[in-house]
Amino acid sequence: MQRYSGFGLVKHALSHHENWQRQWRNPTPKKQYDVIIVGGGGHGLATAYYLAKEFGIKNVAVIEKGWLGGGNTARNTTIVRSNYLWDESAALYEHSMKLWEGLSQDLNYNVMFSQRGVLNVGHTLQDMRDIQRRVNANRLNGIDGEVLDAKGVQELVPIMDCSKNARYPVMGASWQPRAGVARHDAVAWGYARGADAHGVDILQQTEVTGFKIRDGQIYGVHTNRGDIEAKTVGCVAAGNSSVLAKMGGFKLPLESHPLQALVSEPIKPILDTVVMSNHVHGYISQSDKGDLVIGAGIDGYNGYGQRGSYPTVEHTLQAIVEMFPIFSRVRMNRQWGGIVDTCPDACPIMSKTPVKGLYFNCGWGTGGFKATPGSGHVFAASLAKGEMHPIAEPFSMFRFHSGALIDEHGAAGVAH
Amino acid sequence: MFYIYCPYCGEHREEEEFHPKGQAHIERPKEPEACSDEEWGNYLFFRDNPRGVHHEMWVHAVGCRKFFNMTRHTVSYEILETYKMGEQPSITADSQNPPRETVPVSHPEGVRA
Repeated sequence: MQRYSGFGLVKHALSHHENWQRQWRNPTPKKQYDVIIVGGGGHGLATAYYLAKEFGIKNVAVIEKGWLGGGNTARNTTIVRSNYLWDESAALYEHSMKLWEGLSQDLNYNVMFSQRGVLNVGHTLQDMRDIQRRVNANRLNGIDGEVLDAKGVQELVPIMDCSKNARYPVMGASWQPRAGVARHDAVAWGYARGADAHGVDILQQTEVTGFKIRDGQIYGVHTNRGDIEAKTVGCVAAGNSSVLAKMGGFKLPLESHPLQALVSEPIKPILDTVVMSNHVHGYISQSDKGDLVIGAGIDGYNGYGQRGSYPTVEHTLQAIVEMFPIFSRVRMNRQWGGIVDTCPDACPIMSKTPVKGLYFNCGWGTGGFKATPGSGHVFAASLAKGEMHPIAEPFSMFRFHSGALIDEHGAAGVAH
Repeated sequence: MFYIYCPYCGEHREEEEFHPKGQAHIERPKEPEACSDEEWGNYLFFRDNPRGVHHEMWVHAVGCRKFFNMTRHTVSYEILETYKMGEQPSITADSQNPPRETVPVSHPEGVRA
């Protein structure tokens, strides 16, 4: 792998930047691998990267039906935080946060991780009680957090309407200074480049059409480019997980919904943090390019179409204008949707399945991007050892039969 | 934007008057106490999530406030029919053979956000 550095940049300038190495190969599928990862998004690529780098399993294929990071990895609003309520999810997202903090160095790829802080705004007394409870829980778990009053919020975000005259007056917020945003495409590309350098085959335009299962044990997959064998298969397919589970002969407690996001025309720097509100229901940050990045809730119906309804966009923008009247005349530039796989308890599934050797990492719903490094890391550890990593253990799909749910609807940020 | 025919009002109305309410035709177990953990968990949490023809409940929230059923394609989003509670769908995944599948819409410009 060609390492990136300031010196390299100067060197390549001499040849007009025409001789940069390709970031990853485009190999022909081998007949057999040790591990197959289905799904070449952030989580899948991170899994492959850590498998090869930390667990010494380099004979790995990542199978992607489209192109790298073309799904939710490229469609999210890039927010990274770890202020979750329950111990199980706090451990998972904080593990991820710690990896984020060293990710650019680890990958030798600038993922533009910017710890500009995240505000979760409260508009009612109950919001404030929940915020206090969550921040206290976070601190007990070693996660940074503060409770701010309306004055504190106004000082951090002068352009926000914190007056008492607002329809839903801002009463305060939780503040996680270590949270922030990252460049989502760079995360997928950085992991892909790193995995490829360790010998992982990334197979794009390759669609899994079925599993090869014998006596309850998986031994390979059917694809549109022929059969590929492996005794361990990890599925990391987000919105299409239910379709894959059906091929494996079982059901997952998931529903796929469209989740929409939009960006405005680029404007001068005006918002230097991330503002989220569960109550008026919208979230907003400003990208380095200057566009406001805006998102909110899912469309309520099931859908695989990567698009949603206009009323949802309208409600999203109503919430944003409610908090930021100053943005009322900013024009929106682009709008799109992704398919998110929501789980009944708003927590992911990282689990063994009824098929031996077949593992699923799914159900991240609306909040998967922030977990990319941690999810990949603990899932890789689980695939390598054949036993779920202690952090992944509570997220078994069988919790919906045992009743040990992890109810994160409060901290998930988006109503499901 | 959906334009939905409410089988009770007998009119097409805009999507904003309605709310989706999840999978249709789920039957509560007759004797919950007799259910195993697996059966009860399946009833509570495990839903059909097909990529194709789907039957779901909707409520005409700011209209007649009645629940009804809808058969809809989850990729093309095409509404194939709506029908009253207690009725059975006339269109199913099997009757739609080969299933209607439109080309998935991609938004390549979206990846630059």
